[in-house]
Amino acid sequence: MRGAKRPSQFHLGNWLGVLPFFVFSGLFLIGPTLILAYRSFEGLEGGLTLNNYRLLASPAVINAYGMSIRVSLTTAILGGLFGFLIAWAVSMGGLPRPFRSSSTTFSGVASNFAGVPLAAAFIFTLGRVGVITALFQVFGIDLYRSGFSLYSFTGLTLVYLFFQIPLMVLVMLPALDGLKPDWREAAENLGATPGQYWRQVALPVLMPSILGTMILLFGNSFGAHATAYALTGGLFNLATLLIGQQISGDVLHNPGLGYAVAMGMVIIMAFSILIYSILQRRSERWLG
Amino acid sequence: MTISTAPAPLKAEAPAAEAPPKGNRFGSWLIFVMGALYFLIPLAATFYWSLRAEKGRLGFEAYRRLFADAGFLTSFSESIVNAVAAIFLSLLIIVPTAYWVRLRMPKLRPVVEFITLLPFVIPAVVLVFGIIRLYSRPPLLLTATYDSSRVLLVCVYAAISFPYMFRSVDNGLRAIDVRTLTEAAQSLGANWFIIIREVIFPNLRVALLSGALLTFAIVLGELTIALFMAQHTLGPYMANLTRSKVYEPSAMAIVAFAITWAAMGMIAYISRERKRQ
Repeated sequence: MRGAKRPSQFHLGNWLGVLPFFVFSGLFLIGPTLILAYRSFEGLEGGLTLNNYRLLASPAVINAYGMSIRVSLTTAILGGLFGFLIAWAVSMGGLPRPFRSSSTTFSGVASNFAGVPLAAAFIFTLGRVGVITALFQVFGIDLYRSGFSLYSFTGLTLVYLFFQIPLMVLVMLPALDGLKPDWREAAENLGATPGQYWRQVALPVLMPSILGTMILLFGNSFGAHATAYALTGGLFNLATLLIGQQISGDVLHNPGLGYAVAMGMVIIMAFSILIYSILQRRSERWLG
Repeated sequence: MTISTAPAPLKAEAPAAEAPPKGNRFGSWLIFVMGALYFLIPLAATFYWSLRAEKGRLGFEAYRRLFADAGFLTSFSESIVNAVAAIFLSLLIIVPTAYWVRLRMPKLRPVVEFITLLPFVIPAVVLVFGIIRLYSRPPLLLTATYDSSRVLLVCVYAAISFPYMFRSVDNGLRAIDVRTLTEAAQSLGANWFIIIREVIFPNLRVALLSGALLTFAIVLGELTIALFMAQHTLGPYMANLTRSKVYEPSAMAIVAFAITWAAMGMIAYISRERKRQ
């Protein structure tokens, strides 16, 4: 290191403490991403080009991204809505107190219960021979003949909600705790109905947190690979699965395009995490 | 990768909710029951399947078969070793970093926080794509043999644990007076190594344990990265089992759920105990 020549040895010692962290992150997080970024600008015959990013508009890629975005938007909105309602019900809906702590613990478990076991659980429930599918048959309804499939947009949405809703609950519970009783009292003293209090005080204060967490849910679903892979064997048309197929054997017949697809995901993820953290900071102003 | 969160410790001073009107309470019961049904039915259905392996009667045959499978125990133990190694590696890197950032280089905090968030920004499938491209040829050839790939896998697992680890350790450091402890230790003649090992580590036990347990729960059954690095760990084993067997996957899902539950329960328990002290 050139810096050693300078007299500020103290300074150098400071850096030594964090050096392993930066080297390690460089090797296993930043480096791998940078190599994909670099290769995404490489053309088929070498040389640097933007062509791979132009090819993102090709049908195969558009379809995969489109499905990923549809699933992520749907599970973010539904997960956000149900998660908020559950958080509200167990924290201020008048349910017995133990409900809250058990919901918190369960949410911690369920939000981490993604991947193969989750996919398996739903196959046993709503797969072709699943318990609920069989139950419907007893009542003369054939779910799979009437258009339902676990291995479709609807099915995937239903499965993803299992980890999306709990994540929303976990983030919303502290936010709801941040609503100060004084605000409700002040609103009531001014003659507001509970409905007016929620519409004009509580929801506006909570909104950045609700929206921010929904965006977090979007990213959470957008980047998910294991659950979808275990459910569909990796053959469903989803951006993460497309990247998986590209790793195993260049299904796009263009390595550069594969790298561009991967970088596109990173860019979308980065945006959603960025917006989430901005909104979260805003909500801390009131709820912190 | 999937974003995950440990259950937040209960706020002791959370205001007691005043009783809302009756209609409201009916609404919250309805929401709660619907939620409970959605979450419990798949678990109950899976549990029911797991008891049906023997024709004509319910029993634990599927579990017996699962544990008797040679593939299960080897992949399970391999995954446990990987997880523990990743946790130690992660602690070894994150504890000094969080400590340094809090005590001596607060200006670096935004950079360090940004880097620890990268595993949320880079989906696992993209990360493993990059890892394979970076380490499959000289000068950084690490995917040549199974064992070198395994080392690489452990390193990647340590890296994806950074968000949880850094946050736990940083919260832990906030709760203790790092500067005073450090100065006291220094005045007794301790060097940096001894300070971190003898003073900081023991005071952070709860924080470290929560970070470690969360990492364990996430890494143990991890599929995506292990799959593309051709590792015979629990995740790929489970995915294979789901495709090839009828009853064993249900037993496996129940076992996985129990392990996740145990890890999360322990986190909730130790943080509650900590509060009580």
